[in-house]
Amino acid sequence: MIRVLVSIFLVFASLSARAEISISEVNTPGGIGAWLVEDHSLPFVALEIRFRGGASLDPVGRRGATHMMVGLLEEGAGDMDAQAFASAVDDLAANFEYDVNNDSISISARFLTENRDKAVSLLRESITAPRFDEDAMERVRAQISSIINSDLSDPEEAAWHSFSEMVYGSHPYGSPIEGDLPTLQSLNRDDLISAHNAALARDRVYVGAVGDIGTVELAKLLDALLGDLPEKGGPLPAAASPNLTGDTIVREFDTPQSVAYFAQPGIHRDHPDFFAAFILAHIIGDPGLESVLMREVRVKRGLTYSIYSYLANQDLAEIWIGTTSSANDRVAEAVDVIRAEWERISREGVTREQFDAAVTYLTGAYPLRFDGNGRIANIVVGMQMDDLPLDYISTRNDKIRAVTLKDVNNVAKELLDPDSLTFVVTGKPAGLELSTD
Amino acid sequence: MVSWRKIMVLLFGLPHAFQAAAGDDVTMYRLDNGMDVVVVEDHRAPVAIHMVWYRVGSADEPPGKSGIAHFLEHLMFKGTDELEPGEFSLKVAKTGGTDNAFTSYDYTTYIQRVATEHLESMMRMESDRMVNLVIDKDLVDIERNVVLEERNQRVENNPSALYHEQHMAAQYLNHPYGIPIIGWRREILRIDIDDLRKFYDTHYAPNNATLVVVGDVDPEEIYGLARKYYGEIPARQVPERGRPLEPGHLAARKLEFGDDRIAQPYLTRSYLVPERDSGDQKTAAALTLLAEVLGGGTTSILNQKLQFDTRTALYAGSYYRGLSLDETTFFITVVPTRETTLEEAEASMDEVLSDFLQNGIDDNHLERVKRQIRASEIYARDSIRGIANRYGRALSSGLTVSDVQAWPDILQSITEKEIMAAAKTVFAGKNSVTGYIMASEGAK
Repeated sequence: MIRVLVSIFLVFASLSARAEISISEVNTPGGIGAWLVEDHSLPFVALEIRFRGGASLDPVGRRGATHMMVGLLEEGAGDMDAQAFASAVDDLAANFEYDVNNDSISISARFLTENRDKAVSLLRESITAPRFDEDAMERVRAQISSIINSDLSDPEEAAWHSFSEMVYGSHPYGSPIEGDLPTLQSLNRDDLISAHNAALARDRVYVGAVGDIGTVELAKLLDALLGDLPEKGGPLPAAASPNLTGDTIVREFDTPQSVAYFAQPGIHRDHPDFFAAFILAHIIGDPGLESVLMREVRVKRGLTYSIYSYLANQDLAEIWIGTTSSANDRVAEAVDVIRAEWERISREGVTREQFDAAVTYLTGAYPLRFDGNGRIANIVVGMQMDDLPLDYISTRNDKIRAVTLKDVNNVAKELLDPDSLTFVVTGKPAGLELSTD
Repeated sequence: MVSWRKIMVLLFGLPHAFQAAAGDDVTMYRLDNGMDVVVVEDHRAPVAIHMVWYRVGSADEPPGKSGIAHFLEHLMFKGTDELEPGEFSLKVAKTGGTDNAFTSYDYTTYIQRVATEHLESMMRMESDRMVNLVIDKDLVDIERNVVLEERNQRVENNPSALYHEQHMAAQYLNHPYGIPIIGWRREILRIDIDDLRKFYDTHYAPNNATLVVVGDVDPEEIYGLARKYYGEIPARQVPERGRPLEPGHLAARKLEFGDDRIAQPYLTRSYLVPERDSGDQKTAAALTLLAEVLGGGTTSILNQKLQFDTRTALYAGSYYRGLSLDETTFFITVVPTRETTLEEAEASMDEVLSDFLQNGIDDNHLERVKRQIRASEIYARDSIRGIANRYGRALSSGLTVSDVQAWPDILQSITEKEIMAAAKTVFAGKNSVTGYIMASEGAK
């Protein structure tokens, strides 16, 4: 071949009066799509790869297979065992991280320009040719077993697990991605190979790249890196139906401070009211000291150190979720205050002042995010997974500014739903009024 | 390898960072009132970090008032003659910026991340609260509860953190690093408004602070603004940081900690070791490399032996906190497999250490660690916050900008012999504390 065919589409996105960022959309001959921000000021590339699906792809009864598979990607690949692979990565001073959640597998790589080809071929081995050696499997199985045990007795993790189970039941979102101990013990090599085939496929891959590399080089790199993966992966599970009854449920746990999670139904990204809801969610639950919940629960009453809530838009469910923690003898008051504020805002809405402050903050903060190769790579891969267009960066603030106070208060009335606001409190709370158990 | 980041953060506070600096575009000034100004240019995005680092931390607290440095940090957001309580953060948010603060043993830091054009208003507000803080009795009482909930969240609800307090108290016989930064609960309850006022008046002064600005800025312009806002504040007499000294440690200590919330037992040992000193960073550099060689990731000696050879550990790591005003710690942690008792794990760990002292370091291994350190210097330049922290921490821990800039070359110059000499001194001492952390029923 005398030239590499790469289709490239370049957009200069204006971030603010002073800044713009240029993103190239690269489509490789092998059919991989990627967004690239070229920046040659530091001699390295940050590469963010995502595979949609993640731990939700676990077959029924095999919960934990995808998580364990991802844990084994760097534990031996091609002709290298775990130790040989680790030495090879360290020799190149490259940095690879493999992670998984319910919606995706993420592979984050940083490598130097001076040994880019070698680093990419190592990364390639781990993605396309993991060995799943017996001894590596047993080592990683023991590590995961330790994590499962620790999570069972950690207040924060136990609280999260109780909440997920209560809201999502038997859907994959309802159980920890690590699986439970009996299932973990039963996972065999075939399960891992199936999980690998189901999860790491070209029909669900997204790539963000930032740094010292051009479009043509990136296209070549990606075809070499991902070209050998199967074209199609396993089917994604159906959407979840969150069970949000409005009850307050307690999970007894012997610890001094109760951890509360609360949630009500959320709103889809494509809904016409999404941006209004996004602004409302910021006003109510931004983790800064200015939000309604922070003021009422922490600043005025000293009931907590940390409280926040936000629209959690996952691939298979949308909920409006929040969390706080408060001493066992004070958490009941914190729950009352949150419920009262939820009810008050659904009735009264927010003020002009709160609305203006939120719009100024959200539009002012957006351009500041694009700072550093690693951060930008994360943003542009996330945008692709959310199915946003290349020019979203230039238009996003206009979408925020187009929302009016009336829009936000309509959403407060229609979407905020105190009757479905459900609390799961883990700890030994005193005086908490329980709706049911 | 599955993600052990959570455990790393629990045990060591932070993931490994070499805190090296190469190629930074740094300018430094000193204002007439003695306040230092460090500016690092990074023009990749129209953003800047603005930080004020006070050379006062929890280790500078008066006896019986533990937690006061951190408590005061909370109150710094509660208004001045010019600003209402909460107005500082509100004003930062209105620019699209974010603000925060943190307290450590040796420093207290206030930080804003804003679009460059808002730097001036940050300086106006930050310089205002350096001298004009209003401390209100009712707000102190509410904020005390917030601090107690912070302690609940970070410590009481986290058995590893609870143990770590006990460990540090045993490690330091006399020096205040043995007292938790957030403070002992009983003493937090006793801090009153006069204590807070006095602590503020004693330590918050321009000549006890460093301004660090990193981002898309012009150093001349920052200098002008710094003079206008911070330069106006008169210098004040600030007490010397003379802290209680550690006596000789004549007895190694062993602790057993039982808590039913510990499902995975583990073992941790610390040694008292030298910190980075200005103009004298070689020992600290050797210890930094020692921590990497011994316990920095899968290819480190402890993991090779314990995870792969003897298969007695799920994970092992070592960590050295070099940036510190006074004598610091070198930690080794081993998480044993289910089949291995803590006693056996400790014996295996000791065997690895004694073999290591006999056999030394493989040349390739040392070369690989040094290469990783060089690469980390490049990766580190990707974060302006990281750059700001590096200078701020160093300058608040008794080092200078030249020390920060000399550090990468010192790290590269260290020989195997120097590392082994440092290791021999560390591991021979009686200044260690070894802890067994387990569920209550396991505690004897």
